[in-house]
Amino acid sequence: MLAALRCVIHRDLLLAARRMSDVLTVLLFFVIVVSLFPLGIGPDPALLRTIAPGVVWVAALLASMLALNRMFASDHADGTLEQMLLGATPLGMTVAAKVFAHWLISGLPLVLISPVLALQFDLPQELIGVLAISLALGTPVLSLIGAIGAALTLGLRGGGALLSLLVLPLYVPVLIIGAGAAEAAASGLGGQAQILLLGGLLVFAAVFAPWAAAVALRISVE
Amino acid sequence: MSINWFKYSSPQTFFPLAEKLALWFGALALVACGVGLYIGFFVAPTDAQQGEAYRIIFIHVPAAWMSMFLYLVMAFWAGLGLAFNTRLSGMMASAIAPTGALFTFVALWTGSLWGKPTWGTWWVWDARLTSELILLFLYFGFMALQAAIDDARRADKAGAVLALVGVVNIPIIYFSVKWWNTLHQGASVSLAKAPTMAATMFTGMIVMALGFWFYSIAAALMRARCIMLERERSSDWAVEYVKRSA
Repeated sequence: MLAALRCVIHRDLLLAARRMSDVLTVLLFFVIVVSLFPLGIGPDPALLRTIAPGVVWVAALLASMLALNRMFASDHADGTLEQMLLGATPLGMTVAAKVFAHWLISGLPLVLISPVLALQFDLPQELIGVLAISLALGTPVLSLIGAIGAALTLGLRGGGALLSLLVLPLYVPVLIIGAGAAEAAASGLGGQAQILLLGGLLVFAAVFAPWAAAVALRISVE
Repeated sequence: MSINWFKYSSPQTFFPLAEKLALWFGALALVACGVGLYIGFFVAPTDAQQGEAYRIIFIHVPAAWMSMFLYLVMAFWAGLGLAFNTRLSGMMASAIAPTGALFTFVALWTGSLWGKPTWGTWWVWDARLTSELILLFLYFGFMALQAAIDDARRADKAGAVLALVGVVNIPIIYFSVKWWNTLHQGASVSLAKAPTMAATMFTGMIVMALGFWFYSIAAALMRARCIMLERERSSDWAVEYVKRSA
């Protein structure tokens, strides 16, 4: 079974590596959205410092949602997905592997570039670390929850806008806790509570979301 | 003696029953809302602090209760449909959703109407208001997903998965919003009303809640009847019914 999962992850990463533009588009979207906020709100450093965690988090939410469409779409189009459904590997595990690969492609780059964006907002150094950790724990949750939405909207017309309507309300807790981590650290409370909660959410989602997404996939393909 | 538990699980037998039930519950809803509004507007005393503006709670509080309760009922039917693969359960779930969304909207709207004279603002990012708003989005997502799928069975099942995921998320959303709220703003505005309510106020609210409950049943059943007719339009009983009532 592990060999099959490794194979799924390897295949998805290889597919992404052959088409780097997809990965870069999401990353650039993230960078541009974050850079738009100072232009809209004004360059006051004190204000930017307070809104930085929230802005980065909202942009990460939107960017990871933008990438969700692709999670199952191409596999669905060329019939690979049906083979996965028929295969001996439990579908939940396959979905978990796909979600992990998807996070490596679309979530991890956001985490890695977030410190640079935080510098633009003049965030103090210790907060940059908290922000990056919160993103590292939170973006996998976004991918996991998003997988359910992506599976439900597979092959539907108006997929993108519909997907955002389904998934964004479910993202609210991750946004609140994730952005709260850096804010709590900024106010001297320390972000440990939020980080631990995010970790809890991640474990919870990692257990249940692949299973729910597998059920949704069977419904969509049947 | 054996009871046929599944007698009313087929649209054909449930359709006539739904009509009767809808009429009865509709009538009960009219009576209860009439009595409740009378108590609310004429019997209940004026509030010492809030004046007459408080009277909006006779609509607001029952609507807020129903909005949350109906999501649970919807998820219950959706889960039942997913587990037992019954057609009628999915129809009930999609029949309940618009009523639930309506009550959520009414709760938000009347809440802001009450907030303006009492707090001096239409909207605060209070924990309850925010989670009610997110509940409205969840209802919209459910309805949008079902509307986007042409195949009725797939729409039922996909909606069911979404409703169940939503139910798991509602407590998480509520507590995260509540916590976020206490972290961000001081308690400048508190929704928690400590003073005990006058007995007549409480009676009026309970009667209104019953009225809204009956209305929800009636409206959901009427909508379910339309869905049944639409989906079973090729079956004999549906054709016969349409011919008879034409």
